[in-house]
Order: sequence, then C-alpha cells, then structure tokens
Amino acid sequence: MTKTTDTPAIDPFEAALGISDDKGRSPWEDAWHRLLKNRAAVYSAYIMAFMIMLVLLGPLLISWESDFTDWDHTSSPPSLQSGHWFGTDSVGRDILVRTLEGGRISLLVGLVATIVSLLIGVSYGATAGYFGGRADRIMMRVVDIIYALPFLFFIILLMVVFGRHILLIFVAIGAINWLDMARIVRGQTLSLKNTEFIEAARACGVGDWAIIRRHIVPNLLGVVMVYVTLTIPQVILIESFLSFLGLGVQEPMSSWGALVSDGAQDMESAPWTLIVPSVFLTATLYCFNFIGDGLRDALDPKDHF
Amino acid sequence: MNERVLRVQDLAVHFKLREGGLIRPKTHTLKAVDGVSFDLNAGETLGIVGESGCGKSTLARALLALIKPTRGRVLWLGEDLNKLDEEALRKKRQDLQIVFQDPLAALNPRMTVRDIIAEPLWTFFPKIARVQVDERVRGVMKMVGLLPNQVNRYPHEFSGGQCQRIGIARALVLNPKLVVCDEPVSALDVSIQAQIINLLKDLQKKLNLSLVFIAHDLSVVKHISDRVMVMYLGRAMEISCRDHLYRRPLHPYTSALIKAVPVPDPKLARLASDTGLTGDMPSPLSPPSGCVFHSRCPVSITRCELEVPALRRMENGDWAACHRAEELDLTIGKTG
Repeated sequence: MTKTTDTPAIDPFEAALGISDDKGRSPWEDAWHRLLKNRAAVYSAYIMAFMIMLVLLGPLLISWESDFTDWDHTSSPPSLQSGHWFGTDSVGRDILVRTLEGGRISLLVGLVATIVSLLIGVSYGATAGYFGGRADRIMMRVVDIIYALPFLFFIILLMVVFGRHILLIFVAIGAINWLDMARIVRGQTLSLKNTEFIEAARACGVGDWAIIRRHIVPNLLGVVMVYVTLTIPQVILIESFLSFLGLGVQEPMSSWGALVSDGAQDMESAPWTLIVPSVFLTATLYCFNFIGDGLRDALDPKDHF
Repeated sequence: MNERVLRVQDLAVHFKLREGGLIRPKTHTLKAVDGVSFDLNAGETLGIVGESGCGKSTLARALLALIKPTRGRVLWLGEDLNKLDEEALRKKRQDLQIVFQDPLAALNPRMTVRDIIAEPLWTFFPKIARVQVDERVRGVMKMVGLLPNQVNRYPHEFSGGQCQRIGIARALVLNPKLVVCDEPVSALDVSIQAQIINLLKDLQKKLNLSLVFIAHDLSVVKHISDRVMVMYLGRAMEISCRDHLYRRPLHPYTSALIKAVPVPDPKLARLASDTGLTGDMPSPLSPPSGCVFHSRCPVSITRCELEVPALRRMENGDWAACHRAEELDLTIGKTG
C-alpha cells in the first residue's frame, strides 16, 4: 500500500544527474586513513612485517643449523670470517639462527595466546555485560577468583601435573590473559547495551544473540583491536619471563626469552649472546606498542562515535 | 478510522534503587510512571508533554513492552502485551515501532543505511529476497525524503535531521500501526524540527498511523497532536483535545506549561503572565502526598495535600486530575 509513494521533487533530479549509488565511507575506512597518517605506526608495521619474514625465511637461508655446535668457534664474537655474523654461544651454536628460530616461538606464543584470550575474553565479556544482573555477577566473580590466583604458582602447578611442554605455555598464558580482555569487553558492553540503537533493535524484535553479533561485537572491535596489539607484546614478555626463570621452552627449542636468559649468564665474557636476542625482542615490543598506540588514536571512539 | 487500537490501564513502572553497602542496603522505589491510563485510536496522535524526569520516556518504553510494568496493562488490539510469550510478543513488534530522541545514537555507527533500515525486514522475513529488501529500503527512503542512492552511506555521513529521517524510515519499513516518537525533535535545530514534524504528519495521514508523540515542549506538540496528555511526576495530570487544552486547560499545571512557552514577539512576551510556578520538580523518590503537584500549585487547597485526585472525565469529554478542575477557569490569553 505504500510501496509506490514517491517524492516527486527527488526523482527527476536524480534521473537528470544520472546519479548512481553513493559509495559510503565506513568508520573502519576512516580509521584506516588516520592510521596511515601515523608515521610511527606505519614504520613499525613495516618493521614488523620485515621481522616476521626474517623469522620465517631467515633460518632457511642461513647455512648453520640451530642445534649445530661449531667446536672451532665457541663463544666467538661476531665476525664475517667465521661465518657466524652475530657470533656463537658457549657451545658454538650460531646466535643469529637461534635468535630467528627463537623468534618463531616467541611470535607464535604471542599470536596464539592472544587469539585464545581474544576468543574467550570477547565472548565471555560480551555475554556477561549484555545479560547483566545475576549472570553478570556470577561470571565476573569467577574472573575475580581466577585473577586472584598467583600466576607463577599456577604455571608451576601446571608443569608439575602435566610436565613441561610448549603447549602448556599457550594454555597458561591464554588462561590468564583472557581475564583482562573479558573485563574490558564487559565494561564496553555495559555502556553499549543502553544505547538507543540497541534499544531500537530490541524494539524491532531482533533476538539477543543477533544483537550481540550484529550490534555489540562490531562496536567493540575498535577497543579490542587496540587491546590485542598491546596484548601480543605483553604475552611475548610473559613468555620471556617464564623462559628466563627456566619455566618456558626447553632445549634445543628456544625463544627470545630463553636466549636472553642464556646470554645473561655469559654477559661479561660474550655480551653478543645477550645483545642480539635483546635487540630483536625489544624491537618487536616497540613496534607492537607503536602500532597499538596508532590504532588507539585512529579508532578513538570520541572521534566518530 | 476510529477503532481503538491501544488501551493503557493503570500502567505503573517502578524502579528499585539500592543504596549503601552489602550488609544492609536501603532500597528506594522510584515511581517513574505511576498509574497512567489512556486510549488511542487508529490514525490518532496523542501528544505527551511534561518536564524532564516526569516519566515520559519510561512510559514510551513500557508501551512497547521494552520495560516490564510493575502494575497495570497495555492492551494492543485487545491483547495484553505483557501476558504474551516471547515469540508472540516478537510478532506483535512488527506493528509497534519507536523513533528515538538522539538521531545519531539511535543508529549503529558500523552499519550502512541499507542495513539499518533493512534490519527489521530481515528479522521478520528471514527468507526475503535481497532485491525485494533493496527495493523496499529505497522506497521507504524516498518516502521520508532521503536520496535512495545513499543506501551505502554510514550514519556519521548524515546531518542530524537526515539521521532522524533514517530512524523514521527504519520505524516505517514494516508498515507498523503504532509509532511511539520519544522526543524525536528535541535534539534538532528549530528549522529541522518543523520539517520532521511535517514529515511525520504527512506519513501519518498516508499510512493511517497511530502516533504517540512525546515532547517537553507544548508548542511542538500543538502542531501534530489530536489529543494531549500532560504528565507530572509519573502521573497524568490532564488528557484533553488539543483545541481545548491550548484554549482552556483544566489543570493548573497545564496552564503553567502553556504560559511558559516562549513568545517570539518581545511586545507580546512582556504581556505574557508569570507561570505562577515556584521551585523545581520534587524528587520522584519522595513525591508529595495527595496531589503530587500541590507543592508547586498556585491554587492548591488543603484537600490537595491529603487526597490524591483521580483522573476524572469532564463534561466536554476531556480528562483532568485536579480537585478544583470544575471551579477553576484557566482560559489562556485573558490578560493579553
């Protein structure tokens, strides 16, 4: 009954100009353009991309194996002559190859643990925040209780029960990190829940899960993305810390944290064993932090929300 | 035409507020809406006015069963909305829509206009063809005065007035029978306000909509309403025909509100009498005894402090909740 109603003022005008559909610019595109203007973030992204390539492809190009011990060159300083460009450690293993392979583990831990915390944290936090009331109170108390567990104690307990395994590190870090994510997401959801567009959706009869999926989560993503880029370095650091304490990866596998730990022991006689992995580690952390900062500025909710 | 579609009986929404520690929390009851009754006919507009915090928006949400009432009933075509199960209520929502106050906040910033307007369609007709959705969305956009070629744009690319049109388009896309407008023009410029009000008026005529139009400004309501309800502290003070209400209000609060409407001509403004109101609205947490308005009423008597006045039907068919409604003559403009 209403489909044929026209506003005559618009039609001929539109037809005369032959206007086709406008291309809208989404808040994501806006944020992307702002991000590209942030030099520190853009350069950091390039460096990170380069670092990832290096870590993935580097060990294939270098002729040394990471577990090969060169008895002619133990604790030898960086030199082009010996072929160990960044030197060797006390048992004659090439530092560069070990650093690059350790980087694989460090970045993998960062990525996997972050994804785990992202998936659990977002769904848990959004559910608690959206449904509120008693469900929220119970769910957040659970978070508080897990939060109160001493982290190291928890890890040592896991090690004792299951033995040392790289998977355990993913599990342990992921299990702790989603708590922060859940809290942040819950807080955001609480404020989103009362906005009028959510109410409009409810008035249209949209179901709860569809509202969470279509309205809440997309509006959380900005905050979540920023938090993710800041979580990755945090996780890498936790893994390094664990490895430094001897709770992390095991020989012959290595990670940046384990290498720094080894290097620290030979700091006086062979400083390069400490410096090389440290430079890689800190460069990565800086890059992620700059990217995170850039994203936060680009996605600033005050701008277009 | 004059079939009754909505019937509200003694509707009350109370909120429980907790204050204090874990051990012995004090609970207060905030009576946001307290015993409101009215009827609405098909194609009719009921304006609702009142100061901020008098329960207008809560009433709007209770009408659409977005908030559960503490007491009373909302009958839509004879059925109590709050007695329906979830699925049946969801079906009813097709007929009942809402337009919000803040046009930008009412639109999801991450969705295109097409997705925003089409969402109710997808919700109620999940199997509908894309082409049909697109056609319908563009049709509604034209109807509310938007360019249909802007379907791919995002809310932040529109002005406030345009955003409000998008909100109206979303409300109309399912051909509802009742649209509740919760202060749809308060956030807009005056010039845009007129456009939106005229748009709503036109659409109402075209689609035979029933409107509940909420505002805190009597002059806005005047142009669109058939009848006007005046609210104060969660209660209806007066429900009158528009023409009666603006000429000879029945309730002293209505007359004070009418006198408070700013007059653009300074010469006339000087003639306009004082509203007679003193002080602020009392807290809804501790409303005055008797008539809730007696603490600010210029013509209150002892009876007003003791006895709650019922909303009574007057001789001319209007309703007023004032003990002195018959004896007072509050005709507007006697002095100017």
